[in-house]
Amino acid sequence: MQKMPAWADVVLIPLISLLLAAILSGLVILAIGENPWEALKLMISGSVGSSYAWGYTLYYATNFIFTGLAVAIAFHSRMFNIGGEGQAMLGGLGVAYVCLFIPWPHWSLALIGATAASALFGAAWAALPAYLQARRGSHIVITTIMFNFIAAAFLNYLLVNVLKPMGAMDPATAKFPAPTHLPSLHDILGAFGIPFSKAAPANVALLVAILACVGVWLLVWRTRLGYEIRAFGHSESAAKYAGISPTRIIMLSMLISGGLAGMMAINNVMGEAERLVLNSTEGAGFIGIAVALMGRSHPLGVFLAAILFGILYQGGAELALWTNIPREMIVVIQALVILFTGALDNMVRMPLEKLFLALRRGQTATTAGE
Amino acid sequence: MSTPAIELKGISKAFGPVQANKDISIRVMPGTIHGIIGENGAGKSTLMSILYGFYKADAGEIWINGKKTEIPDSQHAIRAGIGMVFQHFKLVENFTVLENVVLGAEDGALLRPTLARARAQLKKLAEEYELNVDPDALIEDIGVGMQQRVEILKSLYRQADILILDEPTGVLTPAEADHLFRILESLKREGKTIILITHKLREIMEITDTVSVMRRGEMTATVRTADTSPPELAELMVGRKVLLRVEKAPARPGDKVLEVRNLSVTDDKGVKRIKDISFEVRAGEILGIAGVAGNGQSELLEALGGYQSATGTILVNGQPIDLTGSKSDGRTRRDRGIAHVPEDRQREGLIMDFQAWENVAFGYHHRPEYQKNRFLMDHAAMKADCERKMERFDVRPPNPMLLAKSFSGGNQQKLVVAREIERNPDLLLVGQPTRGVDIGAIEFIHQQLVALRDQGKAILLVSVELDEILSLSDRIAVMFDGQIMGERMPAETTAKELGLLMAGIRGEAA
Repeated sequence: MQKMPAWADVVLIPLISLLLAAILSGLVILAIGENPWEALKLMISGSVGSSYAWGYTLYYATNFIFTGLAVAIAFHSRMFNIGGEGQAMLGGLGVAYVCLFIPWPHWSLALIGATAASALFGAAWAALPAYLQARRGSHIVITTIMFNFIAAAFLNYLLVNVLKPMGAMDPATAKFPAPTHLPSLHDILGAFGIPFSKAAPANVALLVAILACVGVWLLVWRTRLGYEIRAFGHSESAAKYAGISPTRIIMLSMLISGGLAGMMAINNVMGEAERLVLNSTEGAGFIGIAVALMGRSHPLGVFLAAILFGILYQGGAELALWTNIPREMIVVIQALVILFTGALDNMVRMPLEKLFLALRRGQTATTAGE
Repeated sequence: MSTPAIELKGISKAFGPVQANKDISIRVMPGTIHGIIGENGAGKSTLMSILYGFYKADAGEIWINGKKTEIPDSQHAIRAGIGMVFQHFKLVENFTVLENVVLGAEDGALLRPTLARARAQLKKLAEEYELNVDPDALIEDIGVGMQQRVEILKSLYRQADILILDEPTGVLTPAEADHLFRILESLKREGKTIILITHKLREIMEITDTVSVMRRGEMTATVRTADTSPPELAELMVGRKVLLRVEKAPARPGDKVLEVRNLSVTDDKGVKRIKDISFEVRAGEILGIAGVAGNGQSELLEALGGYQSATGTILVNGQPIDLTGSKSDGRTRRDRGIAHVPEDRQREGLIMDFQAWENVAFGYHHRPEYQKNRFLMDHAAMKADCERKMERFDVRPPNPMLLAKSFSGGNQQKLVVAREIERNPDLLLVGQPTRGVDIGAIEFIHQQLVALRDQGKAILLVSVELDEILSLSDRIAVMFDGQIMGERMPAETTAKELGLLMAGIRGEAA
């Protein structure tokens, strides 16, 4: 028996959660003596009010699509991949090596090479936790968290001691050569005669992210592997009965997950920074968890949730820039959204389900009465 | 006429749009055993849960000993003198019997005086009702029959006058069930009132004084047991006439399809679950494996089905199959012509959150007929296949888009049976084919199994329902403690003899 219509599950619950988070955030802003209405207006205009604002929002959203898809695909096999952060960092390393040490003739070829390298490095970083889970039963949550720290320390070492150009003060790689520079949305849209801000960092990686959404959708719902991943995620005992190997599914789903997280690097490292810096991921790996939760592990949901978090990120940055609301407060607002949409899902769901049941019973009673 | 011990007046309860109980009224006289019989999902358990305070009725009244009583939770039920023995026992495994009995009924901060009082009380109860248990034994060390007695003792210790037993014989050997019935008789003599919930007609006829039949949330009849008969009760339960016995021609066994030689299975904890067993199944026959649940039958099915590694030799059509390694999985077994209707359709046979059409390919999802090209599966073909199977096996509602969990137990089982039988296997493994399945569907599934046998296929049937084993099998092997205690022909044996073998007692004939 369906407790409530699908549209309520997909649309209504996130909207109500968002509204609750907004109200609570408003109260917090009110408490520190700022005007929540003004803050909201600033956030919106700062994130979607101009093509410059959109350029930043979409740039952040691109990161979140990749990490959100990474968490989502792992969720389907009931693996909780918290290691998106570390996998994305390693993806950055892959991009850096490919861009610095291979003389690419054209950006399109460089993009293909970098995508492959970033996915490979990210997947490699997920492989060991996946193996430990599949063969040794070490919990994937614990190991992937640990691997985030190892990745950060590892990159720190490489950037300071190995990859930093001679004489430079900054723990970062050299600037990538010009043929690897990706076209920005300004360049792409300009080709069609559509004006778009030149300064914003959104770039062709957004299109790769959208392709990844389609790819993940096909994989999960149209292929045998996706079928097996979902079956395993729903019931391990049934999967064994059907001859589906748990080891194989855990390994494959985590490798794909790590690969997607790693692919984020083509956006932030290759598309934006055009070199590898310390802490290039800026927490996007963790935001991916909230994005996947809010997007119900569905690529379309992940896409929409990533745009929303892009708005929050960019709007929050604007808020910190133009008002007296401290930066920390922006983090509080983002945390509230994550809390309500991710963790407190049932708080909204239960009353809503009851409401729909009551409505339906009312309907059946009337039809019976007629 | 004295006041009834329990009287329910117009009880109704709905879960969403589903009306689980519809205006139910019963009167149970003190000192009687009252049976409630009905198919799965008829509303028996809901009714008892209302009486025990787990659910609140939407409408209706509960009267206990002539007094209107509100039962908002189980504490109130206990205070009103109601005790409940659940189908799945609620015992703490690593506590002793005594500790389990007092759990939740401690009368002070210190445990010792309570335990001393309970010990004395338990001794008295044991003498009165033949309820012998060792108060200092750990629950995990005693058998299920004994555990059930602990549950009954728990209720009696809390001064229950009314005892509700939910499917109490499901896990018992016939001998243990007889013992239970003797206990119930002596409780009845002492003036206790007993409500027995079951789907087994035989138990109703054997022990109850009155019986109520439930169907689709309604009480269809309440009759004196002496005035009714099993066929009449079955008809009241299902709403139409049913065949209680399977009609089948004598088997014509052919070549050996399955040969098992010296098979042993050791589980993850290092416990030997199957000890060096050998048997064979021929084409065109049904070999029934009888036994009390937990004596190695599940492991046998898992080992044959390809998800439990084993040692020994298994030959299928004369060719050995791998028992360990990557070629011992379910997919390889299916390719070798072994189909499997597993014991637990909800945990193994189906993905409950998949739609019916996705489940129809489950285990066979690699087969070419479900592929559109090298990469993508052919959803249209899967849906069409599901529709065809639903029609042939009369699955209701015949809608491939419904989630597996939204079908009734019987229809879920029909989906699994359809998937496995339609593969035209050489060997069909069947575990508990009719557990939690309504009588109408039981009849249908049994007919399908016999039809498959008559096509010359080999069938290995594992069931804890002795009646099912006796009526379907062409040969019967009894398992106890991981061993085969003996083989019998159904015509030459009795439930009593099989019951002894199931309890590990070998007759002189063996």
